[in-house]
Amino acid sequence: MASAREIRRRIKSVKNTGKITKAMELVSASKMRRAQRNVLATRPYADRLYDVMGELTMRSMGGSSKHPLLQPHPTVTRVALILITPDRGLCGALNSNLTRAAARFITDQKSQGRSVSVIAVGKKGRDFILRAGQKLDSEIIGLGDAPPLVDVLPAATTAINGYSPDANGNYAYDEVYLLCAEFVNTLVQRPKLRRFLPVEAPGNAGATKVDYSYEPSQEDVLDQLLPRFIEVQLYQAILESIASEHSARMMAMRNANDNAKELVRDLTLTYNKARQAAITTEISEIAAGATALNQ
Amino acid sequence: MPLQLEIVTAERVVLSEEVDMVSAPSYEGRVGILPRHEPLLTVLQPGELHYVKNGVSMPYAISGGFMEVLPDRVTILADTAERADEIDEARAEQARAKAEQAVRDRQGAVDVAQAEIALRRATVRLQVAKLRRNRQQ
Repeated sequence: MASAREIRRRIKSVKNTGKITKAMELVSASKMRRAQRNVLATRPYADRLYDVMGELTMRSMGGSSKHPLLQPHPTVTRVALILITPDRGLCGALNSNLTRAAARFITDQKSQGRSVSVIAVGKKGRDFILRAGQKLDSEIIGLGDAPPLVDVLPAATTAINGYSPDANGNYAYDEVYLLCAEFVNTLVQRPKLRRFLPVEAPGNAGATKVDYSYEPSQEDVLDQLLPRFIEVQLYQAILESIASEHSARMMAMRNANDNAKELVRDLTLTYNKARQAAITTEISEIAAGATALNQ
Repeated sequence: MPLQLEIVTAERVVLSEEVDMVSAPSYEGRVGILPRHEPLLTVLQPGELHYVKNGVSMPYAISGGFMEVLPDRVTILADTAERADEIDEARAEQARAKAEQAVRDRQGAVDVAQAEIALRRATVRLQVAKLRRNRQQ
């Protein structure tokens, strides 16, 4: 059994760690709430855009627009993946779940003979891609807890430009996918993969059946609208990932905190036992000494 | 019949209010919108948008976006929107100088494109702020 002093030292160190994890839990809880608010704040804009887009794609072209961002490419050989991860660790299994899903996606695409390039948002994802020796086309790191829209635009621009034909009519990407941490609830966050480009036209779900006049023209309005729509979708995915990160960290820290408490309880018990044993030994020694003197 | 005006950016709802009139920098030029306007969907240019309520005009600086007009409702989907009296002129001037510098330096196509957008935004912000100051004097 370890000496009483050693046990006391361990108790102190575990208690200190517990204080840190407790503080991190509280910080993450408040950051998570703010991140959730930020996600909700983007809804009105995104919903309006979605409605207007449904209206435009439905009405103007009878449901089949010729816009390049809406058109699937005839053959798919080059695929891009937008990988959204946290910048930091200490958030439970979130990062490893995301990177595992990314690895699976890349293997899956390659087995179909497609090449994959990655647009990384977040340090953990970027590091993973570099470590795995995959192709990294663009990266955004250090976004912080509440990034403004302008900070995430480069990723959207890379995706849009890659999907659109260049001067010679060639494409860098034939399809773009998005992998982010879906915020299911405070306890559950899971990787979610979806197709990002070509854009899925909303259909008539959002049509308001109003005869608008358009300035300058329907095609032009759609032309300006689509990039915005793509940007705000990416923005929402990033904000949702941030909310997921904080809630995952909150849960991880809560577990760490519970573990610390349990450890302190166990150690205190061991410490008391050791102390008691020491006292018992001492008393029996004194008693033995006294008995020896009396004889 | 009042007109419900909503200014929304990707980050937040900037304003939601019943107003008497809206004047916006549309693609074809400045348009004034009163209640019962015909339905219209237009691209907005960077510039000053203002609304009038009870005879008081309130200017906003917006840097492009869309406007959806219905007979009883106007929705502005703005790239950015700021109330004119929230604009810090000194900071806007600084941002403009910085953007101008970046455009002049011409380092990398992406940077230049971003700097040009920033420059346009800063210029609009300054214009709206000055307009407001002149009116107050």
